[in-house]
Amino acid sequence: MLNSNGHVESSGASHGSAGSYIVGFVLSVILTAVSFLIVMEHAMAASTAIPVIAALALVQVIVHLVFFLHMNASSQQKWNVMAFGFTVMTAVILIGGSIWIMHNVSMNMMSR
Amino acid sequence: MLQKTIPANLAPDDHSAYHHPESHSVFGFWLYLMTDCIIFAALFAVFAVMSHQFAGGATAKDLFEINGVAIETAILLLSSITFGFGMLGAQRGNKHALLFWLGVTFLLGLAFIGLEIREFSSLVADGNGPDRSAFLSSFFTLVGTHGLHVSLGLIWMAVLACQVIAKSELSETTLRRLTCLSLFWHFLDVVWICVFTFVYLASVA
Repeated sequence: MLNSNGHVESSGASHGSAGSYIVGFVLSVILTAVSFLIVMEHAMAASTAIPVIAALALVQVIVHLVFFLHMNASSQQKWNVMAFGFTVMTAVILIGGSIWIMHNVSMNMMSR
Repeated sequence: MLQKTIPANLAPDDHSAYHHPESHSVFGFWLYLMTDCIIFAALFAVFAVMSHQFAGGATAKDLFEINGVAIETAILLLSSITFGFGMLGAQRGNKHALLFWLGVTFLLGLAFIGLEIREFSSLVADGNGPDRSAFLSSFFTLVGTHGLHVSLGLIWMAVLACQVIAKSELSETTLRRLTCLSLFWHFLDVVWICVFTFVYLASVA
């Protein structure tokens, strides 16, 4: 499982250094603080604020995946990334599809 | 059995694989996390659909205290980096560093759960329990499922810490178990990013 460099091999996870943890932590603190400030200071209207904080969340998820969960494009991680890609696709269909269908239901039933 | 046959199929050219069959438990655990991710996706979908069904009761803007959520978020973010430092200690074979950082992470996780229980019990005490409206049902289910995961992660962390203390040296098996727990812990942090953004912040924006 451990090779000469001390890195975990193809069994599914590699690990970072103190530096990469700190970079990831600083980035996620900044992204979180910006999200909270936008909402707490009412910096923008809800129709603008929601897409902006959603985009910040997406960036922060990627930061966590790269710096904390150590996902990368190496061949050792191929199956992890592929499984993750499939999960993201399923989640998008599940969430997007539910919202879409239920929106149509409430429009057609005039319940909203 | 599985641990021997799978590397032989995946890496027929790698001779070392025959002598020291690699464990695929970390990959297996990753697949479990992916299925867990789909559970959360389903709960987020339910919340997205139900988030305006207040049944004449209190709305998200009346109920959510963003300051409390900010503290919970800070605690969970901090626990992610302290766990990371613990793993770095473990990879150096430094048991003391590992146990110290695991302890810090455990206390932060406990504080998070404490704040969440306080939030939930004050909501229930004010008559805004999960039975009040579809919005509150989906809120309690989603955030409660995350809290349950964190609680189980804490139990797991305590068990692993006992194993580390009991054994004189950090074995490869212990390191593998720690790696799985670290994936679990960081994964819960990723879920929490979506919770504070789409459940709390988007509801009060």
